[in-house]
Amino acid sequence: MVSLYLDLPTSAQEAGQAPPAKIFPPDAFIHIRPDGKIVIQVNRVEVGQGTHTALPMILADEMDADWSQVIAELAPAADVYKDPLIGVQWVGGSTAIANSFPQYRQLGARARSMLVQTAADGWRVKPEQCRTASSIVYGPGNRSARYSDLANEAARRPIPDKVALKNPSEFKLIGKPVRRLDGRAKCDGSHKFAIDLDLPGMLIALVARPPVFSGKVRRFDDKEARAVPGVRDVFEYPLVKGSAVAVVADKFWIAKQARDRLKVDWDSDGIEHADSSRLFAQYKELAKTPGGVAVKRGDETAIDRIPESQRIVVEFEFPYLAHAPMEPLSLAVRFDGDSAEAWVPAQLPTWEQAATAEVLGLAPEQVKFNVLFAGGSFGRRGLVDSHLVREAAAIAKRVRGRPVKLIFTREDDMRSGYYRPMFAHRVEVGIGSDGAPLAWRHVVVGQSFVKGTGVAMEAVLVKNGVDKLAVEGSSDSPYDIPNVDLTAHHPTVNVPVLSHRSVGYGHNSFVRETLIEELADRAKTDPITYRLRLLNKDAYKFRAVLTLLNEKASWRTGLPAGHAVGYACNQYNNTACACAVELSIVNGRPKIHRVTVTVHCGLAVNPLTVESQFQGGIGFGLTQVMPRGAVTLKEGRVEQGNFDRYAPPYIADAPTDIDVHIVQSTEPPTGVGEAPVPIIAPAVVNALYHLTGKRYRSLPLVAL
Amino acid sequence: MATYQLNVNGQRKQVDVDPSTPLLWVLREELKMTGTKYGCGISVCGACTVHLDGVATRSCVVPISLLGNRRIVTIEGIGSDPVGRIVQEAWVEKDVVQCGYCQSGQIMSACALLKANPKPTDDNIEESMGGNLCRCAAYVRIRQAIKDASKHLA
Repeated sequence: MVSLYLDLPTSAQEAGQAPPAKIFPPDAFIHIRPDGKIVIQVNRVEVGQGTHTALPMILADEMDADWSQVIAELAPAADVYKDPLIGVQWVGGSTAIANSFPQYRQLGARARSMLVQTAADGWRVKPEQCRTASSIVYGPGNRSARYSDLANEAARRPIPDKVALKNPSEFKLIGKPVRRLDGRAKCDGSHKFAIDLDLPGMLIALVARPPVFSGKVRRFDDKEARAVPGVRDVFEYPLVKGSAVAVVADKFWIAKQARDRLKVDWDSDGIEHADSSRLFAQYKELAKTPGGVAVKRGDETAIDRIPESQRIVVEFEFPYLAHAPMEPLSLAVRFDGDSAEAWVPAQLPTWEQAATAEVLGLAPEQVKFNVLFAGGSFGRRGLVDSHLVREAAAIAKRVRGRPVKLIFTREDDMRSGYYRPMFAHRVEVGIGSDGAPLAWRHVVVGQSFVKGTGVAMEAVLVKNGVDKLAVEGSSDSPYDIPNVDLTAHHPTVNVPVLSHRSVGYGHNSFVRETLIEELADRAKTDPITYRLRLLNKDAYKFRAVLTLLNEKASWRTGLPAGHAVGYACNQYNNTACACAVELSIVNGRPKIHRVTVTVHCGLAVNPLTVESQFQGGIGFGLTQVMPRGAVTLKEGRVEQGNFDRYAPPYIADAPTDIDVHIVQSTEPPTGVGEAPVPIIAPAVVNALYHLTGKRYRSLPLVAL
Repeated sequence: MATYQLNVNGQRKQVDVDPSTPLLWVLREELKMTGTKYGCGISVCGACTVHLDGVATRSCVVPISLLGNRRIVTIEGIGSDPVGRIVQEAWVEKDVVQCGYCQSGQIMSACALLKANPKPTDDNIEESMGGNLCRCAAYVRIRQAIKDASKHLA
């Protein structure tokens, strides 16, 4: 797993330029350069989540590497970079730190051991007589050797099977606030994202896509398009469903002008024209009938015996959501006949390398697959059907011999589908005499982006016809409710859907946390106390974050008139969090004054990143309550195309301050990307209730 | 196609492009200065913000033919300006960025704000930064970094 190797100085290095990344042998994670720089390969794409800093921190800590000399690089697609637990190279589900923590510690510790052995042999002492710090091995009698001077010889040693890991009390980086390695380059314009890629001979492709999903080209007139100087080719190519027309040109603006002049006759005959209003009506009818079983606990008929005055029957609506990362989708492929190279900000390099190869008629190893930085993703680049590389490869196959960068305009990006699915929920809650829920009947209706795809994870995720990712947040509710009947329907709809940061929790936790707070209000009990009483015995992380919230949100008593507080909590992949939100109503909209968040993510590898992910996750989750925080379809066509009509929060919409408090823990670290997203929307509407007297069950929050 | 003379970050540049080409794409594709980002193309996200004669401007909607002889400063050049340097340092110090894609535009807007008003209030910040979208929602630290930079400008 570990490979250390030495580079001879080159003229480029002497001139102070970074040499091109060399990954040889291909299983290398660590490269110690003669100038003392330590280059660490990161096997997870950086989309903003901070793994590009956290994983090198973990490795460098065990290695006792000089942090000021560490350089992180994104690893290309290769077997050695697969997630050791999943067997796929990927980013998703907030798993990077949880799954790679042991691996990166081992890598660092083994490298350190090889360096120490080398120094000890040279000095004819025992390795136990040596210690390491800041990329130097120290031996008895003031002896010392730099890692960079030992690396060449150390690399020839066998990789040790077993090495001792540090005691957590010896950590120098893990658990400390460390600034991002990619921070400075992202502030001076030098950082390169996929869309910034510039290769010799590169062409740009823009695509005219069917206005109705799955539509195909009947015929097209490209006369005017081809007349634009700099246009190289115009052609139809297949989409995963339907087809599209690609315009290939020298530059983006040329391609854009040509595409605007293209006349395409689209065939959408016999294709479902999805319509949000119609779908909601259908979903709500469907929600009145039980679906496939997700959870059955206790007596499922118990609810029917509870008097109506002690019952709440409610319906919820959640719209399609676009991920809309700031960097519009962009990637490049070059096809050379018997080989190819791809440059992709890929969340699933293993799958996408294979899909690229499949389209090009190559074996995966014939495609050199480079992973690039992404300007956000939120799940949009974590594709089940690999449509992005399939499209880019189809275009490159036609162009042949030159790299083609496929760029989505913002409108292309927003209208190209792969949304967080729409959902309707119907819940009946029966309340016991003590004010606690006694019975809970819940039907979830919405598309599954896994069911029916045939991908390996389908067997794990889909049981009884129910996709776990559509019911999570309800199926694993932390509240002790004796009688539960949770079922789900997954209608097939002609709208491509996909995972979206926080996945099923985005809607299920909204349902759970608004209803629980409603019950607390009904019982005239403090909502934090109510939740704590109701938690099941295994929900210890929930208990910890709610207990800490009770302490940190002491401001919640004694709010000024016109201000109110609401709460919510969530757990995503073993990271629990809770928040208290203070707001008032200004100009008919909720104005958030303060958010206090508490987090239990085990050992917080980089508290600075945990804080930023929580502050950002809260802001991202706020999209759902923005008046224009929805993608809607009208007769098959997406009504939004840009940030004017799909408007996530800007700075004036976001809380001025979000204070994040981390539960101190020595448990294994868990991920922090998704956990915060679902808590803000329910907390906001829970607070609003105290100001307007209304319960809000449909998102986005168009009017109060 | 037409020839245009530009003053970018104090340097003379010449480009041959269609007159309708937005300044954004001239910077990115002709001058290979990719620090200025494409986010929306209709001036609603702020990722493409540059300074034209010191005024924060969305370069995605400025056709090169309408630029005239205005001086252009981009994220690549703002560091040679004392306010620009202080803002960039505050951004690094506060660890503001996440994906980082919008941050060139955020920094350019923040520099324009602080040059005009070295002691901005929260309202001033919301007004001047109000058109710069960040999907990672790094807004809390953006606000803090502006306030920190403001202290160093005193």
